[in-house]
Amino acid sequence: MGTVILLALTGLGLAALYFLVASGLSLVFGLADVLNFAHGLFLGVGAYGTWWAAGNLPGAGGDGFGFVFAVAFGVAAGTLVAILVELVLIRPLYSRTIEQVLVTVGLSLAGVALLQATWGADARPFPRPDWTRQVTGILGAQVPNGGLLLIIAAVLVLGAILAFLRWTRYGLVIRAGVENREMVTALGIDVRKAFTLVFAIGGAAAALAGALGGVYFGTVSPGQGGSLLIFAFIVVVIGGMGSVVGSAYAAVVVGLVQQFVNYYGTSGLGDICVVGLLAVVLLLRPQGIAGKVATA
Amino acid sequence: MEPILSVQDLSVRISGLHILQGVSFTVAPTGVTVLLGRNGVGKTTTLRAIVGLTPPAGEVRGTIRMGAQSLLARPTHRLVRGGLGYVPEDRCVFAGLTVAENLRLAERRGTTPAYDKVFALFPELDRRGRQRAGSLSGGQQQMLAIGRVLLNDNRLLLVDEPTKGLAPKVVTEVAEVLERVAESVPVLLVEQNLAVVRRLARDAVVLAAGKVAWTGDAGELLLETALTKSLLGVGTGEAHRPAGADRAAVAGKDAG
Repeated sequence: MGTVILLALTGLGLAALYFLVASGLSLVFGLADVLNFAHGLFLGVGAYGTWWAAGNLPGAGGDGFGFVFAVAFGVAAGTLVAILVELVLIRPLYSRTIEQVLVTVGLSLAGVALLQATWGADARPFPRPDWTRQVTGILGAQVPNGGLLLIIAAVLVLGAILAFLRWTRYGLVIRAGVENREMVTALGIDVRKAFTLVFAIGGAAAALAGALGGVYFGTVSPGQGGSLLIFAFIVVVIGGMGSVVGSAYAAVVVGLVQQFVNYYGTSGLGDICVVGLLAVVLLLRPQGIAGKVATA
Repeated sequence: MEPILSVQDLSVRISGLHILQGVSFTVAPTGVTVLLGRNGVGKTTTLRAIVGLTPPAGEVRGTIRMGAQSLLARPTHRLVRGGLGYVPEDRCVFAGLTVAENLRLAERRGTTPAYDKVFALFPELDRRGRQRAGSLSGGQQQMLAIGRVLLNDNRLLLVDEPTKGLAPKVVTEVAEVLERVAESVPVLLVEQNLAVVRRLARDAVVLAAGKVAWTGDAGELLLETALTKSLLGVGTGEAHRPAGADRAAVAGKDAG
């Protein structure tokens, strides 16, 4: 029983990580039709920003409030990069899908190369607050606190995004834009501002995933964003393009399947099962769990 | 009277197809001007070009002016904020949003939305505020599509096939609403239902093969059965009846 609980909660920790990356990816694709392969870069910037700030930024550190400050710095850096990418590189290329893909793929490769050139290709130990190194006993399972932190953060981010979409003017514009972007402009709304906003939200969530993923894995490396991005794309497709709630459901399914199959089957079989699950969803329900709806 | 809209030598190419080939016409500053033509002649393309919604792959040339202002190359949201209201074909309400949210989306900062006017025209929208727009009937969705445009002041309304696919009774209701709307704002209407055209339109512009084939008084056009048949491919049926003789006739669809 304890093993099942442990696998379920560590699976949910992984799901939380996927969700943080996938939620922004899904909103960006749903609203702006941009398949953003550079999304992993925002995660990398968040992770390295947090790691750098913990060691160098006055007031920041590897524990307590200093760590919170370091994470805030990493998230701010990821958000800023996301905004710049949208304004400088993506905005001139809206409706030019192939060019967008080329630019974002190129940017993701260049970003990894830049991180490698600056801090080396090897994984670096990530600052981890003492509490995250410990475990918490839940129903007989000793669950790492780093995973619980990810789950709590993902639930808070999910709630915040849903509240934003439900209760704010820009949230309304984004929900409408995911359905029919052209009609939003035909009501006199400059939908490009909403594009920048969803890039900022997505960049912030991905950067947070980078910072908390560093805590979860204990290390940070330049290629981390890229490998997580593959599973985030799978989560987005299974959940339904543009649906934050769909991404949350899909992330839970993917995280749990991976964790349980990898444990009870052969290591690596879980990843194959996730790809199999993607194929089944594409065959039976190509629009994903929730279809193209911004909230549900 | 100076026209509210002037279209000169408008040419639109989309994906290699030369859809509009030098279209020129004007829209009077009052009443309804109807844009007629057989299916595929470029009526919707004309409205979309005016409101700046030609696809990015498309090429638009010519001149479009609303008053003294040139409309070409301006982004759609600025044209709409400048007083160009657009009710698209197939309504395009946001199915996942409620009726109230659909209306709220059309509100603009710095102006007071005219909910009183909209709810006076469409009381049902007030009652169904919490209902998802996707669960409304076709007629109710059309009311919502028109209502959200009327929340703001408009200098000209572009309305694309508002009676398409609606039940006869609802066609009459939509025609009545447009008649009332046209009392205060000029309308450029694309419409296939000739009974609706007969009731609403004062001027007519007929497109054929991407060009203007005929312009003039809508009533005169509908009286000329042979001309209507040659331009639109349909008989006018009750064309010789005086305009407005029988409002119920609006529900009868003459052209497909």
